[in-house]
Amino acid sequence: MSISPRLFRSFLPAFSLSFILIAIFYLQPRTVSYFGVNLLFNLALPIAFATLAQMCIITVNDLDLGIGAFVGVVASIGATLLNDTPLLGVLALLACILAYAALGALIHLRQLPSIVVTLGMSFFWLGLALMILPRPGGSSPVWLREIMTFKTPWVPFTIIALFVVAITVHWLLKSSAYGVILRGVGGNPTSVERAGWSLLKSKVVMYTLAGCFGVLSGLALIGLTTSGDANIALRYTLLSIAGVILGGGEFTGGRISPIGAVLGAMTLTLTGSFLAFLKISPDWQIGAQGGILIIVLALRALINRAESSK
Amino acid sequence: MITINKVYRQLFTKAWIWAYVGAVAVWLATIIFTQGQGAGQMLSAALSFATFSVIVGIGQMFVITLGPGNIDLSIPANITLAGVVAMKLMDSQNDLLMLGLLASLSSGFVVGVFNYGLIRVLKIPPIIATMSSSFLILSCAISYGRGLKIKPPEILADFTTIQFFGIPLLALGIIVLTIIMAIILHRTVFGLSICAIGQNPRAAKLAGIPVELIRFCTYLLCALLASLCGFLLAGFSGGASLNMGQEYLLASIAVVVIGGSSVAGGFSNLPGIWGAALFMFLLVTMLNTFGLSAGVRLMLTGIIIVAVITLSANNKMST
Repeated sequence: MSISPRLFRSFLPAFSLSFILIAIFYLQPRTVSYFGVNLLFNLALPIAFATLAQMCIITVNDLDLGIGAFVGVVASIGATLLNDTPLLGVLALLACILAYAALGALIHLRQLPSIVVTLGMSFFWLGLALMILPRPGGSSPVWLREIMTFKTPWVPFTIIALFVVAITVHWLLKSSAYGVILRGVGGNPTSVERAGWSLLKSKVVMYTLAGCFGVLSGLALIGLTTSGDANIALRYTLLSIAGVILGGGEFTGGRISPIGAVLGAMTLTLTGSFLAFLKISPDWQIGAQGGILIIVLALRALINRAESSK
Repeated sequence: MITINKVYRQLFTKAWIWAYVGAVAVWLATIIFTQGQGAGQMLSAALSFATFSVIVGIGQMFVITLGPGNIDLSIPANITLAGVVAMKLMDSQNDLLMLGLLASLSSGFVVGVFNYGLIRVLKIPPIIATMSSSFLILSCAISYGRGLKIKPPEILADFTTIQFFGIPLLALGIIVLTIIMAIILHRTVFGLSICAIGQNPRAAKLAGIPVELIRFCTYLLCALLASLCGFLLAGFSGGASLNMGQEYLLASIAVVVIGGSSVAGGFSNLPGIWGAALFMFLLVTMLNTFGLSAGVRLMLTGIIIVAVITLSANNKMST
């Protein structure tokens, strides 16, 4: 074998996605079409944004257990304020992002465990979403719906959007100079600080980015569903963590991959359809997502072992 | 005067006292609002409901004591599976009670072994391992418990709800369990090993502590307690449901942190768990009594939890 374990590991997210995609194409050849692919990846964009939000938090060695509820808040605002009084809606969304930035500052300054704080915040977000939209309903702005259902020639909009987002964020975090610093905060905070970079600023930047992606996730979601619901995205919390991990992200040390995270989110989106085509009850959908996660992690463990035995 | 000073210092330098102070404050605020009505019933209810948070809180605390990164996210799924399995097997029959309990604990045993297996074999952080396994466990529970609405056996329902002079029997039982766990944590080799690993895993290993064995036992203990909670909770609430474990993810972690144990591991205490569990329940009761809408209630719960954590972290830093 001439392929190095390192290379193999970085291709693992793409492998797992291709594997499931090819299996679906084999099981149901009619999905090999513009319309079929569009349907398969219909909900991938909001999940991918949520996954990128989670990835920002994981980069600085924290974990966000409130992102799902936060996406719910954005969806609620999007289906009410943003539609009725656009200016107020935009201000509300900006306030949400600011809240995320403040959360990052609080967690850093007080050295709080992010898991507990964000879990507590998930109650806050859910409550806020319920206040804005007590029962499912509302209506998403027309322009949002038009963007999400935009028909691009040859390749579906979702796929193009996923591609563009993945490349942009990858460039931002992996190639730009400040991106290296941001990832360094997860790798070795002490050395980043001694080199004269502000840890506080880096954390706030990452939490702000996470807030932005959370907002994009919520907007993309209601663009697709056309109405809002406070509980709409609670699943996203765990799905987003799973997406980051599937995408080759490590839990500590700032080792993340934006392209991988998007691929991971796409893989998780497909599991539902995959089970349906295998005629397995949807009861097992979460189980299958857990199963895929475990298999990929097992493969990675094998690769790491091969690497260390060299 | 000296003795008062001593008592004061003994009490108020304990991290866990603040949880009780909070619980009493919230309770007083509520009975002032209701002008003394229902003060007793409120305490009974608080004891009843706090019991379940305490059971899972103890397990979570042992795991968190192991040090940074150690946490069990599979508790909610574990509770649900144990409850569903027990209800289905017992089928409301009193004489199958022991079988149900055994089945619940067995499901917890399997979950614990599986969790640790993932952590060990795949060398992944416990958060990811327990999260992945919770996906699988929840799916099992959903699939196994489809259309489930089976009443618990009468004995179990009575046992979990009976009260003596306003004190729930179950709460008494779990207080005894808490004391036993406190002895295990502070007086046995097993408990002290957990603390040692939490304080410095490398030193613990060099000192000859079988680190991996202790970790295995800790995750197993946590899973067993969660399944016990599922069994009792299903009896208490008149049957199992697929979201019965949901609220216990926050509860299990929050009672540990609010109870004054160190989130970074190594230093834990059990009295705080009771204080924190009572505080959390009384807080929700207070917000309910004030007649707030569900949205406001959830928001305030979130804010107060974050505030308490911020304050307690500050407190620990200054001492």
